[in-house]
Amino acid sequence: MALKTEELVLNMGPQHPSTHGVLRLEVQLEGELVTKVTPHLGYLHRCFEKHAEAMTYPQVIPYTDRMDYLASMYNNFGYVIGVEKMLGIQVPERVEYIRIIMGELQRIASHMVALGTYGLDIGAFTPFLYLFRDREKILTLFEITCGARLLYNYMWVGGLSHDLHPDFERLTREFISYFRPNIDELNNLLTYNKIFVERTANIGVLPKETAINYGITGPNLRASGLKYDLRRNDPYSIYDRFDFEIPVGEGLVGTVGDCWDRFYVRVLEMEQSLKIVEQALNQLPEGDINEALPKRVKPPKGSIYQRVENPKGELGYFIISDGTVNPFRVKVRAPSFVNLAILNELSKGHLVADIIAILGSLDIVLGEIDR
Amino acid sequence: MYESLVEITGLEIFAAFVSAAMPVAFLVPFVIIAVYLERKVSAHMQDRLGPMRVGYHGLLQTIADFFKLIQKEDIVAEGIDKKFFNFAPFLVFAGSYAVYAALPFSSKYIGSETDLGIFYIIAISGLVVAGILMAGWTSNNKYSLYGAMRSAAQIISYEIPTALVILSIIMWTGTMSLATMSEMQTAYFWNWNILGGPEWGITKFVLIPFLLVAFIILYVSTLAEVNRTPFDMPEAESELVAGYHTEYSGMKFAMFFLAEYGNMFAVSAIVSVIFFGGYQSPFGYLGNTLGIEWLVPFEQVFWFAAKGIFFVFVQMWLRWTLPRVRVDQLMTICWKYLIPYSFVNLLVIGIITLL
Repeated sequence: MALKTEELVLNMGPQHPSTHGVLRLEVQLEGELVTKVTPHLGYLHRCFEKHAEAMTYPQVIPYTDRMDYLASMYNNFGYVIGVEKMLGIQVPERVEYIRIIMGELQRIASHMVALGTYGLDIGAFTPFLYLFRDREKILTLFEITCGARLLYNYMWVGGLSHDLHPDFERLTREFISYFRPNIDELNNLLTYNKIFVERTANIGVLPKETAINYGITGPNLRASGLKYDLRRNDPYSIYDRFDFEIPVGEGLVGTVGDCWDRFYVRVLEMEQSLKIVEQALNQLPEGDINEALPKRVKPPKGSIYQRVENPKGELGYFIISDGTVNPFRVKVRAPSFVNLAILNELSKGHLVADIIAILGSLDIVLGEIDR
Repeated sequence: MYESLVEITGLEIFAAFVSAAMPVAFLVPFVIIAVYLERKVSAHMQDRLGPMRVGYHGLLQTIADFFKLIQKEDIVAEGIDKKFFNFAPFLVFAGSYAVYAALPFSSKYIGSETDLGIFYIIAISGLVVAGILMAGWTSNNKYSLYGAMRSAAQIISYEIPTALVILSIIMWTGTMSLATMSEMQTAYFWNWNILGGPEWGITKFVLIPFLLVAFIILYVSTLAEVNRTPFDMPEAESELVAGYHTEYSGMKFAMFFLAEYGNMFAVSAIVSVIFFGGYQSPFGYLGNTLGIEWLVPFEQVFWFAAKGIFFVFVQMWLRWTLPRVRVDQLMTICWKYLIPYSFVNLLVIGIITLL
């Protein structure tokens, strides 16, 4: 008599320690081998896009904060330069530089969370707290600038909410010289750890072609070996003035595009961001930040698609204006949403423990996926 | 202890009860301190302070937590096999507590002076597996089931290298009793087994590298047997939530907790007895020098606890430094590396002993 066997369906989340928010994964298992992963979304849906239609243009900015709440500055950034382009505003030099500094500090902070929680997923507790300790310093910088630590509403259409604090420049330079050696510490503690490498190398390999076909962007795409970064390939703001490199995955310990590469690309990007912040601080001009603030934000009829390189990938705002003070439509292309789509492809044939490793390496934020 | 109590009181039941209850007097304070220590060690390794509010530097935190756990509602979810679900934590604790019967705390106190001490420990700690499997299976939860299955596979696999290493030491020392084994490594630290044992001669120095390998194998496999990081598969919290004790709450959860910390000390004590002289002081006794003889057993308890707690500290150290291995890598480490090496080690130590 043949025994009746069936696949085990394991329900991961929405209450699970490592789904990085309220994500539910329906995992089909053959023993410990994964045959299919279906992500179920929507637990954090707050109707951002619909809300935006009832708001005036500046009122939408606080909502963008709440999408990728680990990179609020950058969400502001993308939205305001989109609206500025519609209005045809040229912001002062100083504003441009401050935006770059904030954006890159935010990128570092976002990558810190990504790397730290990834260590946590693999079981290493300590690097997580080291990185959070350092992230705290960035949040302090934001706090003295605009008073908020998570949701800043800092970048406004045509300017900024506050000018820099007198101490900001000194504190930022201190942070840069403090944080550089800590990256090496992180590498020694976690990145090159034998167990960590065993867990992540050759796991969830994402070939370049598949990544392009799925529309993967950001560090996940670069880890697959494609040098594609909007700061270079479609420069916005004043990114063309800075000297920085775009790290790509090289498969140092495994195959190009594995989990370890995705992790390491983020480590390298933090160094590059430090470099950009340093250059921007050196070139920071004086000036009035409120010069270009419009009295009334009322773009002419038309539409625009503005994309920026958010820490998670390509963040795009498609804004349609019908000539009133409210946007007719604000559609967001959220990088995490697109990047999550690859999960099933990557997880097939791996073990349960690897789903966690793969999901963590994609660095998703549910606030952005569900919006 | 048991025999002398029988002589004094003439009551066998009383003697048995007292000598069985003695380790509790050690275990409960130990667990309270160890939990506090774990939180403080992890905190200081991670650049934070840890518990600071309850008592001086949070000293009473664990006691407060203990009272909190007692007050918690005892949740029993639907579809659970209640009988076994309630029984499992106690079985796990029994398995871990029974080990203490054969641990020589000092030359004067050992719960049960059996000649088969170490084999008894290997056998009785198997109860823990049964308890964990029971907990995982009856919880009617997929995470628990996975945790329990992993745990059973892991503990059973790692018992093999443990047993092989212990076998090689038994072969060499010629005793299975932990008390005798400690007795042999007397006086100074160069008489410890890790440094070739008490007998001087060429074999002592030839043996040292092999004993070192044996120690490492034993330590790694005991780490796996008590489910500590990097081998904490069964309760891998980022994958399996809390593994086999996901569904437990309140006092029953506390029992698992107690068993885990009890186990941690038990394996550390075994390692210290086998390789580091057990209760023997590394540099003579104060009691002997001063001529106060009753002081010696207390000093021995101190050294026994100190060595055990040192190895517990190393376990914590590893836990807060290393990531977790994957379940198949865990098995690879055991079957492809530890077992062959321990076989070779067994052979070599055997040959050296014969010569």
